Amino acid sequence: MKRIYLDYAATTPTDQRVKDAMGRFWTEEFGNAGGLYEEGRRAKENLRASREQIARAIGARPDEIIFTSGGTESDNLAIFGVSGAAKHGHIITTEFEHHAVLEPCQRLKKEGFDVTFLDVGEDGIVKPENVKRSLRPETILVSIMYANNEIGTIQPIAEIGKIIKEFKGGGAGYPYFHTDACQAAGYLDLNVNKLGVDLMTVNGSKIYGPKGIGFLYKRAGVKIKPQIIGGGQEMRMRSGTEPVALIVGLAKALEIAQAERVAESARLAPLRDYFVSEIQRRVPKVILNGHPAKRLPNNINISILDIEGEALVLYLDAKRISFSTGSACTSESLEPSHVILALGKPYEFAHASMRFTMGRSTTKEDLDYVLNELPNAVLWLRKVSPLNLEAGAKSMSHPEAFAGENLKVKAKSKSYK
Amino acid sequence: MNNKQDIDVINQYTGEKWYYSDIVKDHFFHPRNLLWERPKDESEYDAHGMVGSPACGDMMEMWMKIDPATARVKDLKWKTFGCASAIAATSMFSVMVTENGGLSVEEALKVRPQDVMLRLGGLPNRKIHCSVLADKAFQKIANDYFRKTGRFDKIVVEGARVIDPRLNITDKDIEEAVLEGAQNLEDVQKKLKVGVGASEEVKTEVEQLVRFYKDKYYG
Repeated sequence: MKRIYLDYAATTPTDQRVKDAMGRFWTEEFGNAGGLYEEGRRAKENLRASREQIARAIGARPDEIIFTSGGTESDNLAIFGVSGAAKHGHIITTEFEHHAVLEPCQRLKKEGFDVTFLDVGEDGIVKPENVKRSLRPETILVSIMYANNEIGTIQPIAEIGKIIKEFKGGGAGYPYFHTDACQAAGYLDLNVNKLGVDLMTVNGSKIYGPKGIGFLYKRAGVKIKPQIIGGGQEMRMRSGTEPVALIVGLAKALEIAQAERVAESARLAPLRDYFVSEIQRRVPKVILNGHPAKRLPNNINISILDIEGEALVLYLDAKRISFSTGSACTSESLEPSHVILALGKPYEFAHASMRFTMGRSTTKEDLDYVLNELPNAVLWLRKVSPLNLEAGAKSMSHPEAFAGENLKVKAKSKSYK
Repeated sequence: MNNKQDIDVINQYTGEKWYYSDIVKDHFFHPRNLLWERPKDESEYDAHGMVGSPACGDMMEMWMKIDPATARVKDLKWKTFGCASAIAATSMFSVMVTENGGLSVEEALKVRPQDVMLRLGGLPNRKIHCSVLADKAFQKIANDYFRKTGRFDKIVVEGARVIDPRLNITDKDIEEAVLEGAQNLEDVQKKLKVGVGASEEVKTEVEQLVRFYKDKYYG
């Protein structure tokens, strides 16, 4: 029986064209690009071609592409790389970054860096004027994601890029501007000059490429301290034998994603809006998280009040539907989604948040099937639940239930831990 | 608990597999003693209470009826805002205290989370805290019942005691760390993100508490 997979923001299947492009790099073209002999030279040549292919796709120079193991490593390299080279200073980021940016920033804060975590408002969009207001002479880095991984909201990166450029007065140097574009790469323009970014993270696993590969775009002249050292590969910025097969796959995947992004966005955006309006028509108390229009065309993130996410995931899993939740029960740390909390919602909204992300295989029929199954599951789980929240609630519903407890989640929204 | 028919849920962040036993699945999809409609008059029940889980924010509400003739638990109804394991564990707990004519409140208070887990065929390690919620909810309604019947000496309130005065770490913090999977002092330090136990004295006490709670919840 066919399953309805709606977790494309978690990962995508590898595109057949990508798989085909990678085909000969496992047993035939296996050489180490560091070798002087024929196999090595061929590996180096393929590496060069892929690097150029990627550079073309984002309007960069080939020597500005550093291959890494994926999004997390690229983000870590950007944050720790810039801070490591600068040694001290001020960093600006947002409250709802991916953990691969957030955790490094939190660690740097502990280590003595001054870090500003910008508010993202109820819509989940950073205000450029807030960035402007936060910039200081000692600011070394601004890191703001292109599109949020949970709620898909698109950040005004080009506008912020312009503000930073103006702040610098046309000169090079600090502050650098980094963006995590992992979720955006399949749907938005990645031209680094239009965006005005100095560093950009992209990975393969979200764009129908292979997992375990990504890159960090680093504008020429931007100073970073390498984090993985050894053989000096990747212009000494990231050591380790280059996985040519994965790099070829990533280049192909990015090329396809960028070529098809406009058509795919035009196909998915109406499906997204259809799903949201239908679910709100069929099920009471469903809140859309994040701005309704300024979001990725494949992202639907809703809080279905009074029910807990893991329970709904399991109910619908039994109906062959796959999606994810921001509930604390499914997170490793047992903490609810920091993204939903950043929108100023009480933790029960995070516990009840469900993310459906569509992709190339998603059809209207798939969504209709989900729309048919979902209301029954919600009805049942609401019977099980003791809660009856108000749609506009700003604080926790039953703090008394936690009396005397050292609760991680606080009664008022926006503070936890 | 690892037989092939088990639901196999994979954590989106860690890839860790969660195995739910068939019994857990059954109680999740068909919970027993669920309260369908709120009572019009709360006095229909002899006791009522609501608790929250400090570990993950799950909440549970319970209602109890005592058979006046036998002084045993006649009815134990509940509602849960929580995950599959919380639903299943509460369902099983409610069965255990009401089956075969029911337990006395004192007996029911002795049902430990690990007894519930045993009947459920086990829970994944990091889901154990879910089974503790039913236990806590029952302690709360038992207190409500004792209070209503004037047996104040029976009321047990779990208070927090400061173990490490320098960091204001209480026994409840350590209990929580153990419920989240801490096995020893080092794990507790990691969970609490502080170097609890600066002196040998405090260290020994923390280690004792870890042993105590490990025995309480996993023993």
